[in-house]
Amino acid sequence: MTLRNTAAAPSPLVSPSKSRASVPRLRTRKAPSIDRPRRSIWLTVVSAVVLIYAILPLVWLLISSTKTQDDLLSTFGFTFGNSFALFENIANTLTYDDGIFVRWFANTLLYVVVGAGGATLLAVMGGYGLAKFTFRGKKAIFAVVIGAVAVPGTALAVPTFLMFSQVGITNTPWSVIIPSLISPFGLYLMWTFASQAVPTELLEAARMDGSSEFRTFWQVALPLLAPGTVTVLLFTTVATWNNYFLPLIMLRDPQWYPLTVGLNAWNAQASTVGGQAIFDLVVTGSLLTIVPLIVAFLLLQRFWQSGLAAGSVKE
Amino acid sequence: MLVFAVVFIAPIVYSLYISLFRAQLVGDTQFVGFDNYVQAFTDAQFWSGVGRVSLFLVIQVPIMLGIAMVVALAIDSARLYGKDFLRIAVFMPYAVPAVVAALMWGFMYGPRFGLVGYVNDFFGWSLPNLLTPEWILLAIGNIVTWSFVGYNMLIFYSSLRTIPTSLYEAAELDGASQSHIIRHIKLPAIRGSIAVATIFSVIGSFQLFNEPSILQSIAPNAISTYFTPNLYAYNLSFSGQQYNYAAAVAIIMGVITMVVAYVVQLRGIRKDES
Amino acid sequence: MIRIFNRRRALAGSAAAVALALTLGACSSSDNGGNGGGETETDVAAALEQGGDLLVWGWDATLPPMIEAFEEAYPNVNVELANVGTGTDAYTALQNAIQAGSGIPDVVHMEYSAVPQFALTEDLADLTPFGAADLEDSYTPGTWGSVAIDDGVYGLPLDSGPMAMFYNATVFEENGIAVPETWEQYVEAARTLHTADPSKYMVGDAGDAGFVQSMIWQADGRPFQSEGTDVTVDLGDDGSNKFAEMWQPMLDEDLVAPVVTWSDEWYKALGDGTINTLLIGAWMPVNLESGVPEAAGNWRAAPMPQYTAGDDTNAENGGSALVVTEASAQQALAYGFTEFSNSGDGVGVRLEAGTFPATVADIESPEFTGKEFPYFGGQKVNEVLAAAATSVSSGWQYLPFQAYAVSIFNDNLGKSYTSDQPLTEGLASWQDAIVSYGNNQGFTVNGG
Repeated sequence: MTLRNTAAAPSPLVSPSKSRASVPRLRTRKAPSIDRPRRSIWLTVVSAVVLIYAILPLVWLLISSTKTQDDLLSTFGFTFGNSFALFENIANTLTYDDGIFVRWFANTLLYVVVGAGGATLLAVMGGYGLAKFTFRGKKAIFAVVIGAVAVPGTALAVPTFLMFSQVGITNTPWSVIIPSLISPFGLYLMWTFASQAVPTELLEAARMDGSSEFRTFWQVALPLLAPGTVTVLLFTTVATWNNYFLPLIMLRDPQWYPLTVGLNAWNAQASTVGGQAIFDLVVTGSLLTIVPLIVAFLLLQRFWQSGLAAGSVKE
Repeated sequence: MLVFAVVFIAPIVYSLYISLFRAQLVGDTQFVGFDNYVQAFTDAQFWSGVGRVSLFLVIQVPIMLGIAMVVALAIDSARLYGKDFLRIAVFMPYAVPAVVAALMWGFMYGPRFGLVGYVNDFFGWSLPNLLTPEWILLAIGNIVTWSFVGYNMLIFYSSLRTIPTSLYEAAELDGASQSHIIRHIKLPAIRGSIAVATIFSVIGSFQLFNEPSILQSIAPNAISTYFTPNLYAYNLSFSGQQYNYAAAVAIIMGVITMVVAYVVQLRGIRKDES
Repeated sequence: MIRIFNRRRALAGSAAAVALALTLGACSSSDNGGNGGGETETDVAAALEQGGDLLVWGWDATLPPMIEAFEEAYPNVNVELANVGTGTDAYTALQNAIQAGSGIPDVVHMEYSAVPQFALTEDLADLTPFGAADLEDSYTPGTWGSVAIDDGVYGLPLDSGPMAMFYNATVFEENGIAVPETWEQYVEAARTLHTADPSKYMVGDAGDAGFVQSMIWQADGRPFQSEGTDVTVDLGDDGSNKFAEMWQPMLDEDLVAPVVTWSDEWYKALGDGTINTLLIGAWMPVNLESGVPEAAGNWRAAPMPQYTAGDDTNAENGGSALVVTEASAQQALAYGFTEFSNSGDGVGVRLEAGTFPATVADIESPEFTGKEFPYFGGQKVNEVLAAAATSVSSGWQYLPFQAYAVSIFNDNLGKSYTSDQPLTEGLASWQDAIVSYGNNQGFTVNGG
């Protein structure tokens, strides 16, 4: 595919002059290197060290969540305790304080589905529009978007809070969802991606056939944008799932907490006069928080990996 | 675009606006012009936070990206046993929220009863207590590295896989060594990805908040309220009620971040063109 | 099990307060409260009968059973309890709610140290019109002094925390240590214990603002004095120095386990004999029982050591009140609830849940002092603690911006715990920071 005439967004991170065909689709290359090289023990060992580093804390978490609070405080982190209480812990976590954990879980899902989903949709549409239509002030918008990527999200949180409090929507789900709707990076990614992945000729052909702009977008462009969309969705989902700072500022009512803020509140409860220390629930809750995301990663492996590859192809 | 304006432009404009005022617990809000900025430029606490994240940036980012690169190259070389498992496993910490990661490592750092304490007891070693002022930056760096190595690795790896096989074949014909291939084919080819990863790491470092904020409860003497600029702005606003000054601090920090990110970007392009 | 949240009104809260005028501007001083002013004691009874919805913020574990009892007594009132965080977190949330002008609770559980700040900004309702002043004599002087500020009464004491020394009697015995009665003996005992077994410490302290202030109070220091917006700060007064001098050798000779209070490490250390005394408020027994079950039978309570043998002077550590917000649209009802909890039948319910009361009658009642605690080896712990309550010295004041001062405590004194900066220097630097912040905020602050 030649990338002739892509009203390309100037890609500032890389040279636009590089002419090597950057097909934004994963090469399905089984043996990525020359011939079939012999396996290297040495490299395996080095990688194994990194591997251990990566999963050791997760193993600790898994083992610790099988312990009662007594064992947690008195036995070695990588051996099992005197009792196997994983299922009790899970049951306790889910039912503690009228099942508030389940509620936090549902909140998190809500923020992810609406926030991350909306952010992805906006990024795809915005990126497509910016890449495929010419209009005045485009350069300026591009500069703003690039600048926006560099602005720390947390720096915006405090003024956003002050603004929201004047309109009276702090302490509602909207105060968390609305700021999540914008992902400058997602927009940027989709922009560069759309300018490469969707051939303008194709759009012109569709228009000549009398297809409306809207239909063209849905039926012609969107399928081509799929890999990039998955990548953006991955980014925004992780970002929303892990968001802590924003809900911490915006929310006061525990009923609206996402998991991250809720877990930290549980951790702080040990310092309550008359409050119970519930480190066992904090540990089990942490496990339950990351499991869904890991499972989703594993199940959707094929999709996001190709998306990620596509997204990073920007030479 | 409207949403973009509401969520993005408005807070910036609003914080610029309030940064020109000063409200007090007692007395009225006054217009003070650029006083808050002048104060920030001479605020030793603010600059010590900036210095700290800069130090963090200079040390942690290269280490993290280095490890990510080595693993990516190793997987790409196809000379590993179990590379698929490795790829997934190393990426997994990315799914762990920073809050959970900090809580978890916090438990493990415990010098008496945490992992560190047990290792010391068991082997008779004396690993340092990472929760002291001398080591805390390392403790935080470790958490961040752990969380993001896999992510960066995947970026590099996917980018490596887009290199056309023909290039390798040509190099093979020329009798190029593996290290030669890495240096002259692989690294130049993925420069774009390296730039992206670097910029995001830079921004991430300047935004450091979650990890120190969670660890603060177990290391109050090591992590001050002005440990990082973000933490400082947060504490100024919410425990000190100094919203106006905090806005000024946040704006200065945003400008610094943009400048640094821009410089990194420029470097990336220049190298690319040379 | 603690039931923190009443689910019946999941979505309420903001609705009630939306009607209120939004307080704009970066910092509010809302004095446009609900219908404060014209109400009287009879209105309280009427409001309780008529009923309504109350939003209460609090983290105290004794609140849920008390609320159940309250709702039984006044079936028309519906109370929603939300735990928005502990201590500083809760005050930040309150500040944010006031700032936002929505979602402001009617009643807030607040530590004594935070009351002056919110009273000064007129965010708390003066409860005098409802007859609160008549209750003065029913509370201990220390706790009353914390809610009665500048001619107003800004809350009713919920619990109190006269200091006591809890000690691990088993470890004391094994190492031949007698229960210290003076600080001199205390420091000496710390040396003996740590020398006999280097893994054991007399006490754990990694720099805790509440502890240091209580210790200064006990040493007759009064570093903070304020009247309206005139504030004096003197963290180099005689009491402060007396404490610093006594405590410095503990730090210098590493007789203090550098364990952060309330961390998981701390709970472990209390259980396995690493930390063997607690100098802390009288509310601690419940926490020991639930947080350190493995040490059952080991711990005992004793009066605080004294600077001079034979003296009997004490301080408060922690303790909290229930306050009514100025923005509440139903202050009479809110006061009715507060009175039930802190003066009426609610006290009995909370006593059963393990609170340490602020009401004189309950502290002195034989039923209270005579209770034997199996966890403490059958000791009548409350006897010791009730005596501790009566010896609390008066005249202590907190800053009108105490929360911020506490938040920067470790910034300034952290080095005294991790390096060789003397405590006195740390206190001096803390004082400078407090003075400069106060003046910035429009107070007139003088360093002593």
